[in-house]
Amino acid sequence: MTMTASPLNITVDNISVTYSNAKLALYNASCTVMPGAITALVGPNGCGKSTLFTSIMGFLQPSQGKIRVGGLPVQKAQKQQLMAYVPQSDEVDWNFPVSVFDVVMMGRYGYMNFFRTPSQKDRRIVMESLERVAMADFRNHQIGELSGGQKKRAFLARALAQAGKVILLDEPFTGVDVKTEKKIIDLLLQIRDEGHTILVSTHDLASISTFCDRTILLNKTVLATGTTEEVFTEDNLTLTFGGLPASSLRQMTSNRTHSAEVEA
Amino acid sequence: MIDLLDLVTMPWNWLVEPLQYGFLRQAIWVSAFVGLVCAVLSCYVTLKGWSLMGDAVSHAVVPGVVVSYALGIPFAIGAFAFGFGATVAIGYIKSKTRLKEDAVIGVVFTGFFAFGLVLVTKIPSNIDLFHILFGNVLGISQQDIIQTVIAGTITLAVILLRRKDLLLFCFDPNHAKAIGLNTQLMYYTLLSVLALTIVTALQTAGIILVVAMLVTPGAIAYLLTDRFDRMLMISVAASVTSCVLGTYFSYHFDISTGGSIVVLLTLFFVAAMIFAPKYGIFAQQFQQRANKKQLNEVASTH
Ligand SMILES: Nc1ncnc2c1ncn2[C@@H]1O[C@H](COP(=O)(O)OP(=O)(O)O)[C@@H](O)[C@H]1O
Ligand SMILES: [Mg+2]
Repeated sequence: MTMTASPLNITVDNISVTYSNAKLALYNASCTVMPGAITALVGPNGCGKSTLFTSIMGFLQPSQGKIRVGGLPVQKAQKQQLMAYVPQSDEVDWNFPVSVFDVVMMGRYGYMNFFRTPSQKDRRIVMESLERVAMADFRNHQIGELSGGQKKRAFLARALAQAGKVILLDEPFTGVDVKTEKKIIDLLLQIRDEGHTILVSTHDLASISTFCDRTILLNKTVLATGTTEEVFTEDNLTLTFGGLPASSLRQMTSNRTHSAEVEA
Repeated sequence: MIDLLDLVTMPWNWLVEPLQYGFLRQAIWVSAFVGLVCAVLSCYVTLKGWSLMGDAVSHAVVPGVVVSYALGIPFAIGAFAFGFGATVAIGYIKSKTRLKEDAVIGVVFTGFFAFGLVLVTKIPSNIDLFHILFGNVLGISQQDIIQTVIAGTITLAVILLRRKDLLLFCFDPNHAKAIGLNTQLMYYTLLSVLALTIVTALQTAGIILVVAMLVTPGAIAYLLTDRFDRMLMISVAASVTSCVLGTYFSYHFDISTGGSIVVLLTLFFVAAMIFAPKYGIFAQQFQQRANKKQLNEVASTH
């Protein structure tokens, strides 16, 4: 357990994923997510970002390849509560009859007994997590009553309550206003400094350079990895976003408020 | 004065008079118990979207009932084995073919059901097919009551002890996996209690109508609240009330017990659908109108 004291890396070794409709979503993808840094996973819609996330989390079995988290197989890492996942909004049933507090408490289930009776400590951690994302006042709201940004923060609080060393966030900025985006970014920077490894998927290029230490460019396979500065070259971006001319990308990057919806 | 007295005594007699018959007292508490078990499970079935699965399991138990009688073992054992077996078959076929789940469910449960019909007509036994299909709580035997109570008690105990995990599994199975919980086990736990509930309700509602008792109470409650514990309470209240009143109606008007229970449940559902305070048709229309009015007011001030 000494391992958990220092930040953990994620290694993705030659992953390929084919869906049941024979659709090849990822092929020969390899990359390393550096420990204690924020890494952006960038690529157009449908390029396989969510597929890579679900592979890393073990929700689907890749047809080939190997994934390690801090040197451990994914299942082992999960049993030790090392991995937290913040789902894309459209994966959640927002009509489900649970409150924000209930959802955040679910982050603690892995620490509880067989009957999932929350201890005093569990309650305290849930409240602290809610306060960190400024959602304590909304704890008794049903999750569907929240705005887009509040929904994201509620699920981020669940990841905080789980205290995973590695946090994966799938499209955390879609449907979120600029102010909330800024808040979430500040929080991610704090969490990173506490020794967490963070992987954020996005198709919005604009904000990446403001908070991501590293970037992985993806389009069906890993096209480039490195520090954000190294990776963000015109050639790389053209390669990743396909036929789009580099000039339109630059325009997109500078256009802060209009989110960069790039279709593959 | 006499009229007023009648007004009080008539419903009173209506409720009390049947209680002098042992078989009716028994039918009432058995169906209330079945209503309770079904109501609790129906909350999970509604939220997980498993009503079709419930329908499948209920039909798939038929061969199990016949085989049990032929072998002289309790019907609950055979029914559970075949009901649960059908869900395993559905899971297996779905993972091995490119078919969508509803097609697989349709193929498997009709196959099991048809096999049951073939067995009933070929294996000599004193099974009344009509009773399996439509239930017969008024004529339920002591042995069947014991089996019903055992199956129902196990179901309630499992759900009570695992309720948080099962709810998490319905809500966010990915998160359950992410925190290292065994989602496969949760899946089969939920399927087993589904099969057990159907075994519980078999004698009361019958195969054809049991799915109503597995879906409608939860659906009613889901329309009326967005808190899970309240949903459980509403579901239980609607279901037990329908079961008890339905059994009374069945006795007084000499109508099918399963039928009158489900008709009552459906009436509750329609009432909830129309009058539910937040998600009812009226409330939604009212809300829409209010929104429109607000919009107009905003527009006119500009
Ligand atoms: N469950 C699925 N079944 C079949 N195809 C899928 C499934 N999920 C995703 N895909 C396909 O795989 C590709 C990658 O999807 P995804 O990983 O969701 O991309 P992204 O998250 O980058 O938008 C897309 O072409 C998508 O249509
Ligand atoms: Mg995605």
